[in-house]
Parts: sequence; C-alpha cells; structure tokens
Amino acid sequence: MTTRAAGTIARLGVASVFGRRRGILLFVLPLVLVGLAGLVRFLVGQDIEVASNVLYGLGIGVVVPLVALVATTGVLAPEIDDGSIAYLLAKPVSRHTIVISKLTVAVGCVVAFGAMPMLIAGMVLMIEEPSLGPGYAVGSLLGGAAYCALFALLSVMSRHAVVIGLIYLLVWEGLLGGLLDGVRWLSVTRWSGAIIEQFVEGVEIVPDLGWVYAGAATALVIILGTWLTGRRLRGFNLTGDE
Amino acid sequence: MSTVQLDHVSRWYKNVVAVNDVSMTIGPGVTGLLGPNGAGKSTLIALMSGFLSPSTGTVTLDGEALWRNEEVYRQIGLVPEREALFDYLTGRRFVVANAELHGLPDPGAAAQASIALVEMTDAQDRTISTYSKGMRQRIKMASSLVHDPAVLLLDEPFNGMDPRQRIHLMQLLRGMGAEGRTVLFSSHILEEVEQVARQIEVVVAGRHAASGDFGAIRRLMTDRPNRFVLRTGDDRRLASVLLADSSVRGARLRTEGGIEVEANDFGRFSEVLPRLTREHNIRLMEVTPTDESLERVFAYLVSS
Repeated sequence: MTTRAAGTIARLGVASVFGRRRGILLFVLPLVLVGLAGLVRFLVGQDIEVASNVLYGLGIGVVVPLVALVATTGVLAPEIDDGSIAYLLAKPVSRHTIVISKLTVAVGCVVAFGAMPMLIAGMVLMIEEPSLGPGYAVGSLLGGAAYCALFALLSVMSRHAVVIGLIYLLVWEGLLGGLLDGVRWLSVTRWSGAIIEQFVEGVEIVPDLGWVYAGAATALVIILGTWLTGRRLRGFNLTGDE
Repeated sequence: MSTVQLDHVSRWYKNVVAVNDVSMTIGPGVTGLLGPNGAGKSTLIALMSGFLSPSTGTVTLDGEALWRNEEVYRQIGLVPEREALFDYLTGRRFVVANAELHGLPDPGAAAQASIALVEMTDAQDRTISTYSKGMRQRIKMASSLVHDPAVLLLDEPFNGMDPRQRIHLMQLLRGMGAEGRTVLFSSHILEEVEQVARQIEVVVAGRHAASGDFGAIRRLMTDRPNRFVLRTGDDRRLASVLLADSSVRGARLRTEGGIEVEANDFGRFSEVLPRLTREHNIRLMEVTPTDESLERVFAYLVSS
C-alpha cells in the first residue's frame, strides 16, 4: 500500500517538475556542460588539470547544485506555495514516505541531468583517463543528493526556497568558499570534491579535506535533511500565514 | 457514524488568538460553521482535520486524537478552501491519484464512482486548468469522497459558485448528511448555511458565539434592531408615518437631510416601508442599511 502511494507521489512529482517552464533548465544545464567540455577539449586538448577544473568548477560547483535546486523545489515548493500539498497530507500516508518519494524524484533528476552529463563530459574532456568521468559522476550523485535534502528542508521552511537556495549557492558555496579555506568543512561542493579525489587518479581538488569526513558529512546532510523535512511536514500549516 | 469533538480548544499564533476556548460536538448530519471572515473558521477546520495542533484542549474523532495521526484520514474527507489543485492533471487522474494515496483496492472504480457522484463524468478527461470555479470545487469534492469517508469537512465550499452550482452542491451535501455522514462546512453567509444545515455553530472572533438549529439562529440574527438611513421626498412626513407603525422603534431627522430609522424587525420593515411610501405618496430615493454588515450582525450576537 505504501509503495503504491509512494509511486503515486513520485509520478505526481515528475509531472510537477517537468510541467513547469523551470523544468527546461534541467535540459539546458547539462547541454551547456557537455558543450563547454567539447569546446575546452577542442581548444586545449586532453589535459587532466584543465579537465578536472572544468568538471569541478562548472559541473560540481554550478550544474549539479542548480539541477538539485530546480528539481527539489520543483517537486516540493509549488505544492507548498499554493496549498495543494494538502491533498497529499490528508491521506493515511506517513510524512516521511511523502518526503522520501519526492526526494527520489529529485535525486533521479540529479542522476539524469547531473551525474550522467558529468560522465559524458568527463569522457569528452579526457578519454585517456577513464576514471575521470565515473569519479565525477559519483561525486555529482552524492553531492547532488545532499543538495536535494538541503533544498527540501529549505522548501518546507520558507516560501522563498529558490531565492534563498540561490543566494546560499552564490554567497556561501561560491564566494566565501573561494575566499575562505575554512568553509570547506561546511561546503557540500567541497565535500564532493574530496570524495571525487578518491576515485580520480592524479588530481587534487580540495586540499586538506579528508574523504572520510567529507563522506560522513554528506551522508549526515542527506539523512538529517530528509528526516527534518518529514518532521516539518507533519506540522504543516494548512491555512498558511493566518 | 462518527463524531468530531472539540473540548476547550484554543489555538493562537504567536500572540494572536485565532480560536478561543471552543467546545463543540459535530455529529452525523450536516452542520454549518457560520461566522464572518477571520472569525477562525478555517483554523477550526484545520484543527478538525489534523492540520493544526490545538494550543490547549483536545480535538478528537471518535475519541482518537487528530493531530499527528495520519490514520484518521481513512475516515476524513477534506475539501480545502484554497483553489489550488494539480492543474496539470486531468480531473480523472487527480481523483485516481487521491484514491491511490488512500490505498484503495480499485482506485479506478472508486474514482469513477466519486466523479459520477459530483456529476463530473463528462469533464473528467480535461485538464484541471481548464475547469471553472464550480468544476474545481466539484472535482475537489470527488477527490475527498473517493474513499467513502464518514466525515466530510469543507472550508467555504460555496465561494465563487454560481447559483446553479450552489444548488447542486447543497443537494449533494444534504444527501451526504441524510446518509448518516458527519458533514461540516463553513460559510459566512447565513442564507447559505440555513438551506443545507440543520445544526449551526456560530463563531465570532475566535469564540463559539451560538449553537443550535437554524430556526433558533435565524431568530437570533434577525430579531435585532436594524438601522437604516432613508432619503425621501418628504422626510418629516415619512418619519411621522413610520413612527406610527409597530415595526419601527425610532425615527430621527438628520441635520444633513434624510431620516435615520431603527426597525424592530427587518422582515416586517422591508414590507411596510414600500407600502407606506406608496400610500402616502412620498418618494423614496434611497434606503441604506447602516449596520447590515455581517460583522455588526455577529457583534450583536456575541453581545446578546
């Protein structure tokens, strides 16, 4: 019974993500990534340093978090905004089932529009280093999943999840993460980098960040974010800001 | 047969009190929840449907707590006030999805039956975004009836409906009540409530102001002094004519022109006024009720 409910929620979620104009972004972002990878390969040739910089800077730093943001908010935020989530909540289905079903859709988007394009971009950039694409794909999946959990929590906590998510990506992950070394301890993007280093030979992405810490922190964000989102949804306020 | 029970329930948001020490029992049949906008009707329905926790007191369905208890939704059908639906789905897909979420053995058949009940079979394959307000309301009804709930809660279901849709929904609700379901709907319009509900609960400013059958509530609401300002061709003469009638308690000539009339009985006054002006051949240019606003009606109810 729960599995069928989960399937229904997931199907509605898919329709919700792709039923909106924002969904187009999911197709555009990976195209940009693979396109630029092709351009770099054409201009620079095969160079592990350059290849890794492109995949990390553009892929892990921009495409994956944006895909996660668009997918997660697409699956959660509109229903919360307009109150139609009440139709999901007024059912004998656990809130955690609802959240996990929706997050499955979001993570699925991360696989299709984040991890897969990274795999392809990795091969386009450097066919001589076969671990590059797969390594970055794994990092994209893990980092993307953490971003999904984070943005899901944001969606149930605020009506401005997209804007806050973008500011967070731009300011914390982008600006401060580039300026201050200490941010690496609390940066999903940098955790992904540390994980990727384990899979790809001969690249250093984030200095002084152990992959064990990075992996544990990523897992913690995924689990905690999912659980807190479900908990928050249990107390969802139907009437809005009365 | 199910009963929703509120026992000394209060709910506040930060320091705003939305519901103040309300106790009521909603049993089988149709109950109208009547009150002006902002009286706390939606908050009460949210409490009864398990979407809000009471700050104090208890809300139960057949003795079971509603808050944080997903299992109660097997018994409850909820029709939210907000218009938003899954606009990108067809009506049928939306209702089927609701049936699936309830874990019904045959979601398709349950959806068909429910859609037929609200007479939406012809439009079920159109996307919801093409529906009119009344159709949306009906497909919402279908989605909330799909699991054959014992309790049906509707928040302002008549809002935005045209008269024909209104009549249809009223018939539907009466039928549900007659079947022994516990049906509760909110409204801010007395006429709407009394046409459907036998039992009426009145809330004003978060408080439970009155409770009873519609006759009692109607009397409470209409047997009160009504004030009007009249503009006429001959104020002084009409004032004296009106004072002679028993439906009028007082008439005062206003310095800026016009008469201020206080009537005992709105129903009788509305018959008497046109007759008297015609008999005495006085032109009546304007009749303005000065305290007809619902808030005033309810304020009167609370003070009485």
